[in-house]
Amino acid sequence: MYRLLLCFRYLRTRYIALASIISVTLGVATLIVVNSVMAGFSAEMHERLHGLASDIVIECHASGGMPDPDAHLDEINRIVGDQIAGSSVSVHVPSMLGIDFNGQLITHHVNLVGIDAETYDNVSHFGRYLLHPDNKESVTFDLREDGYEESREGFPHSGWKYRRDHARMEKAWEAERKRIAELSREAARLASGKPQKDSPEMVESDGPTIGFGGPTLGTVVPEGIREEGAGDSPVYFDAETDQYPGIILGIATCSNKSRDAEGNVRDHYYCRPGDDVRLMFPNASDKPKVVNQKFTVVDLYESGMSEYDSTFAFVRLDQLQDFRGMIDPISGTTSVTTIQLKLIEGADLNAVRDALRQRFPPDTYAYSIQTWRDMQGPLLAAVRLETTILNILLFLIIAVAGFGILATFFMIVVEKTRDIGTLKALGASGSGVMSIFLSYGLLLGIVGSGVGLIGGIAFVHNINDIASVIEKITGQEVFDPTVYYFTEIPTILNPFTLAWVMAGAIAIATTASVLPAIRAARMHPVAALRFE
Amino acid sequence: MHSSPELLLEARGIRKSYHKDKIELPILRGIDVGFVTGEMSALVGRSGSGKSTLMHLLATLDQPDSGEVWFDGARIDNQSRARRDHYRNSQIGIIFQFYHLLPELSAIENVLAPAMIRRSVLGYLRDRKSLRLRAEAMLDRVGLLTRSHHQPSEMSGGEMQRVAIARSLMSDPKLLLADEPTGNLDTETGATILSLLRELNREDELTIVMITHDDSIAETADRCYRMCDGLLEDNASDAAKNSRSNSAKLETVAA
Repeated sequence: MYRLLLCFRYLRTRYIALASIISVTLGVATLIVVNSVMAGFSAEMHERLHGLASDIVIECHASGGMPDPDAHLDEINRIVGDQIAGSSVSVHVPSMLGIDFNGQLITHHVNLVGIDAETYDNVSHFGRYLLHPDNKESVTFDLREDGYEESREGFPHSGWKYRRDHARMEKAWEAERKRIAELSREAARLASGKPQKDSPEMVESDGPTIGFGGPTLGTVVPEGIREEGAGDSPVYFDAETDQYPGIILGIATCSNKSRDAEGNVRDHYYCRPGDDVRLMFPNASDKPKVVNQKFTVVDLYESGMSEYDSTFAFVRLDQLQDFRGMIDPISGTTSVTTIQLKLIEGADLNAVRDALRQRFPPDTYAYSIQTWRDMQGPLLAAVRLETTILNILLFLIIAVAGFGILATFFMIVVEKTRDIGTLKALGASGSGVMSIFLSYGLLLGIVGSGVGLIGGIAFVHNINDIASVIEKITGQEVFDPTVYYFTEIPTILNPFTLAWVMAGAIAIATTASVLPAIRAARMHPVAALRFE
Repeated sequence: MHSSPELLLEARGIRKSYHKDKIELPILRGIDVGFVTGEMSALVGRSGSGKSTLMHLLATLDQPDSGEVWFDGARIDNQSRARRDHYRNSQIGIIFQFYHLLPELSAIENVLAPAMIRRSVLGYLRDRKSLRLRAEAMLDRVGLLTRSHHQPSEMSGGEMQRVAIARSLMSDPKLLLADEPTGNLDTETGATILSLLRELNREDELTIVMITHDDSIAETADRCYRMCDGLLEDNASDAAKNSRSNSAKLETVAA
């Protein structure tokens, strides 16, 4: 009983020991914060990577793709059908994106993906990353009237409304240009005194000198590339009422983030839903030719992974197959380049992959069969390694704190020498005296890491507020959204992590008190009583 | 040598030396002494005469190089550590010149300390009420019931010594060892402590062994033993001579 009473009293009266435990508190709090931020970060990465890539991807490297995807799917179902929860086929083709921006052509390499909107959402998260709220529910490649994320700062007005206004203005400009050209011709004729004569060349040269250009891609695209026309669009294309085939662009292919003078991050968009863009990609024949096709942007895709956002553009699968000539004109069989599979909950990814590899051996087929983990392995491993190293380093900090506790405890034992003598004179055993200091160390460890736990959890809960306060004080952005694509710092508090951090810190504090406690226990009562 | 059955505590041929750099410093050189049950005895001697060392041996805080300590008809100095802890905790009470109260505990907690040391947490909680009553009775006995929740730092020396006496009485011991109980107090306060001890001796028939360097205090005891150079003075004459001749020898060697 006296042990408990005494160690509680020591806890209340020895502030020096509490000071020595502060380092444990800080260490525990830091560990908790670091672990929950890393866990949040890594979970976010997993979520995004997995959301974008389906569980298993079968890619065909041939330019013409694999013919008859249905037969392939039947074969896959025969092999691992019990593990498959969903599947989707798509066509991937490298292409060049051309955006007309204030009369200039902006080009960008993109990975053009033809998807079946309905099945594609089954194998990976696609719809949820689109900007238009209705597209999040069900994807369509038709331009929406309006309602794109206009609340977003810097996001321009988009949709049919914009397209109509824009087309009307474009027509007005065109009319005005014609009128000015007419007038200047008239003026020239009057000045020279020559009779009226048509000179259509001058109209051509006048056009581009006017600042606001609009879609004038025709002049920029080199001659000789086959103009595919507007698909099934009417002969006379009116931008006010018609659209080209729809395309969904990755947000980073048509925008950039930059910082204004005040240091706020702003997005600048080169094009927006409602604008027309041009894409050039090879067709699927043995002697590939470039297909040059106009599309209308119907939505933007923002996953938060710059790798995806800056390289992907999505169109309808059947349209892309048509443009590339991947539909056999006689039999009507289609070809695809990629099959994506989603597995049931708890399925063994690697086992399914290996089974498929056995059926489609890479020696025979130009297929690459990978799980999403294979594709993102190095990134995930890097995050794991970082977490491990941080944990080791921080535990070393707590271990250093343990030496502080050791020193402080030796001081306390020396200071309490006479009391130790008194206790022994009153009949306390050596192990009793030892357990006073051991339980004192345990108690300090519990208090220190408990305060650290509470502090760490509080910090994690308010981490975004804290980050903004730090930003205000230092003027330095803690979590740069231009780099991380997260608007908030993601955190996850894992109870298991909390438990082992606590246990580790308490164990270190208790271990540090073992030596001083042994010293106290071995103290000779007579020497202790005489101690001045 | 006393061998009457009334002896409560007895030292037989106690020798004790301290070693410092291979030089042997004899402190006790064969002490035979017995303390009669119910008596208040005094051990008088100058500083360095070995009386404190003798008391530590009698309290089993230290072990003699040779000789035996007998308590209530049983040898105790060669007992196990646990047995000796129990002897100090429950069978005797000890008070010190510097009181040795635990500064973190209040007066009543200090009085309860021996009871807490003897019991486990559960045992203590079970007997809590009766122990508290006894501790209050002990504090009342020394006239400090009203100060039971004061810390030692809030008390005077005389009050602290009275708390220490209350603590030593907690286990209802047969014997009280007092090491210079008035050594740190002024004459008047010392006198009240002494009269308290005397009262305990008379009323509770508590055997008291008191160590002091003050002859006037020693004279109040029933029996008085004088110590000089590690020997009792009654039979110390020969040994004292030896000692003197020894030191003379040492001097010649040194010269």
